[in-house]
Amino acid sequence: METGTTRVKRGMAEMQKGGVIMDVMNAEQARIAEAAGAVAVMALERVPADIRAAGGVARMADPALIEEIMKAVSIPVMAKARIGHYVEAKVLEAIGVDYIDESEVLTPADEVYHIDKHQFTVPFVCGAKDLGEALRRIQEGASMIRTKGEPGTGNIVEAVRHMRLIMSQIRKVQNMSKDELYNEAKVLGVPYDLLLYVHENGKLPVVNFAAGGVATPADAALMMHLGADGVFVGSGIFKSENPEKYARAIVEATTHYEDYDLIARVSRNLGAPMRGIEISQLTGFDRMQDRSV
Amino acid sequence: MTIHIGVLALQGAVEEHIRSLRRIGAEAVPVKRVEQLGELHGLVIPGGESTTIGKLMRKYGFIEAIRRFAADGKPIFGTCAGLIVLAKRIEGGEEPHLGLMDMTVVRNAFGRQRESFETDLEVAGIDRPIRAVFIRAPLIKEVGPGVEVLSVYRGEIVAARQGRLLACSFHPELTDDSALHAYFVAMAEEAAASGSGAK
Repeated sequence: METGTTRVKRGMAEMQKGGVIMDVMNAEQARIAEAAGAVAVMALERVPADIRAAGGVARMADPALIEEIMKAVSIPVMAKARIGHYVEAKVLEAIGVDYIDESEVLTPADEVYHIDKHQFTVPFVCGAKDLGEALRRIQEGASMIRTKGEPGTGNIVEAVRHMRLIMSQIRKVQNMSKDELYNEAKVLGVPYDLLLYVHENGKLPVVNFAAGGVATPADAALMMHLGADGVFVGSGIFKSENPEKYARAIVEATTHYEDYDLIARVSRNLGAPMRGIEISQLTGFDRMQDRSV
Repeated sequence: MTIHIGVLALQGAVEEHIRSLRRIGAEAVPVKRVEQLGELHGLVIPGGESTTIGKLMRKYGFIEAIRRFAADGKPIFGTCAGLIVLAKRIEGGEEPHLGLMDMTVVRNAFGRQRESFETDLEVAGIDRPIRAVFIRAPLIKEVGPGVEVLSVYRGEIVAARQGRLLACSFHPELTDDSALHAYFVAMAEEAAASGSGAK
């Protein structure tokens, strides 16, 4: 009997496919998310939109809050550690969270090194803007990838950019010859064997979700249409006018992303989505996607 | 005759089941609408989150449609969340979903994700141990008289069969071994030959 194998860790993410993972800040929101059909919740003290507004250093959530959320629901509970913060991640593992997000939404603890995720029984999800970043995170032990997008903006444009780039890079790698692959591994700064996997299989070796800017059912369906395996919704639910309706509608639109009559039906009279931020207004450190490579 | 198996595709590890079924020569398709059930010889309910899958099944009329499918004598195979969805009783007060198999199941029975594991497992009807991947897995606490226990791990029931219903706690679709899928396809072939198959 073996725990924490690659298959067990990646398999956990495979069970989340076609589903919606929702950010929640307390037990009540976690129950709303579960009742709406979320496949997991991300336990946070503040959703990304509030982290932006609050400023200062954003850290791992209070273990008491995470435990309260774990007690409130039967679905998996994820939590975020700062990039490179090995100890925050070990604390989250000790608490018993089901998945750790090594996340650029929090203030990075290390500007060079990510966590060596092979040293954990619990699986990790990491953000990526392109294929190179995705494969570097997988090499470090990530069992799930998500686009970075631009968290807390309610603006889908960056998640679209990242998903489109990853997918087009995968298609390009698929058609490369061996000698081109050797060079591409060097150009992307990734191990050759992972690139070979992409070449042979036409996909990442782990599940690839969309995240960072999903605010409406149509946004979620768009990301599925572009090839996402599932969707993270951060601020989009509990910063909207009617979180319960938004949560249910986004779950349905993710399952039936090609059924436009259904998306029209679930999108009717939802009330206002989260307000949103135009990306060009963000510069420097406010661009969370630039916090790691 | 080619056997057509559907994989319920509301949420979860759908592709993996399709791959496992195609590997042994069955036709396999994702099922998102109840109308698709009529074309099938058998149905797989995959792993995923049972609360999500159960909710979406209710919303789109799959509960009644799959009960009719079973009443027509067509085989159903539930893995992990699929096992929970098939059970008549779910410990802890959660409403049963399809309520077809006479058994009581316990969700997340082995613990949280860090306790998830893989192991070699003996399964009745399969001539060699198979690799079984347990992810936040449920177990079968007790079974009614019509249910045959197919596998036990450390004293807990992890696979069972009741007539043309098959269920396991673990994920045969996450390995390269299609032995359990072959067992299920054989059930579908037998059902089809006896006249309860698709058109």
